[in-house]
Amino acid sequence: MSSTHSVAMEHHKDYTGSKIGIWLFLITEVLLFGGLFLLYAVYRSNYTEDFHNAADELDTMVGAANTVILLTSSLSMALSIAAIHHGNRKLAIIMLVLTILFGGCFMVNKYFEWGAKISHGIYPGSTTLGHHPQGEIIFFGLYFTMTGLHGLHVIVGMVLLTVMLFKVMGQPRSQVQFVDGHGLEKMRGGKLVFKDRAGAEVWTSEEMDDSVQRISLNVKFWPVKKRFHVADYVQLENSGLYWHIVDVIWIFLFPLFYLIT
Amino acid sequence: MNDDHESQHESSGYGVYFLTWFALLLLTSITTTAAGMNFGGFSVFVALVIAAIKATIVIYLFMHLKYESKLFHIMVFIVLVTLVIFIGLTFTDILFR
Repeated sequence: MSSTHSVAMEHHKDYTGSKIGIWLFLITEVLLFGGLFLLYAVYRSNYTEDFHNAADELDTMVGAANTVILLTSSLSMALSIAAIHHGNRKLAIIMLVLTILFGGCFMVNKYFEWGAKISHGIYPGSTTLGHHPQGEIIFFGLYFTMTGLHGLHVIVGMVLLTVMLFKVMGQPRSQVQFVDGHGLEKMRGGKLVFKDRAGAEVWTSEEMDDSVQRISLNVKFWPVKKRFHVADYVQLENSGLYWHIVDVIWIFLFPLFYLIT
Repeated sequence: MNDDHESQHESSGYGVYFLTWFALLLLTSITTTAAGMNFGGFSVFVALVIAAIKATIVIYLFMHLKYESKLFHIMVFIVLVTLVIFIGLTFTDILFR
């Protein structure tokens, strides 16, 4: 019956593989923002005085508030995943909703912050800003580009987490697995046996003769404390990783744009 | 196979995350206060060091890098080296032009 086991295993997701995949993606994100940070650093060293004056016009309190909001959303994200690891689906859902709401708070703050700047005539290409020194124009160009790109990432994160929310709420879900072709040939002549953890047989099939064309297994996943399969939640974990990297990027944006006065 | 994964990704209790969050908030208030003081040229340096500490905490504890295998540590290390090289090389050009 060991061959049966290995056939079934082939249908499982590759946990480490998907983790490597998401980390590689996050690395490309870091390099994307890394290029912008480099641009910032170069212009800052060229226009130190102008950057200093321009940063004075940004409200440190709004920036600090948004930092606290994002850090707290990272906490609720981590708690959501911890809750699902402990088999506490209800807490996981609550924490996920909180995370999305914090993301929304961040964007609302951003909206008012940008709105205030734009109403004062500070936006890329405005004539008012055109009268400012060259360095300030560059500062605000970078400000709108970098916080804008970051804000876009927050929105993408919120959409991703909303999809995850529905997935978690949809649990327990079922998954149909098929065994046919070569896998089935290996099992021909044997029987299909389900065993529980202790090794006692729960269910035994008829002998599989030549008439069997395909075996279909309908598997239902129920989260049970300490007894879940990690791979089932890998999507939630990966979305969490994305959310955290967005937080990490903000951790660098905050001092560079708001605190250098 | 299953047991291997479960032991590798044993989730920490909720307490660790609250401590992590508290440390991050503390560092945020420190960096905001430090910006109010005048360290001259050092203020950017101080702000960036604190940001780097915060980022490390998030990556290690929230993003579970602490529990990942060596491969992930190497991947993150390579990114850091890459960033240092391209920012460092650019500045050798900018500063000594």
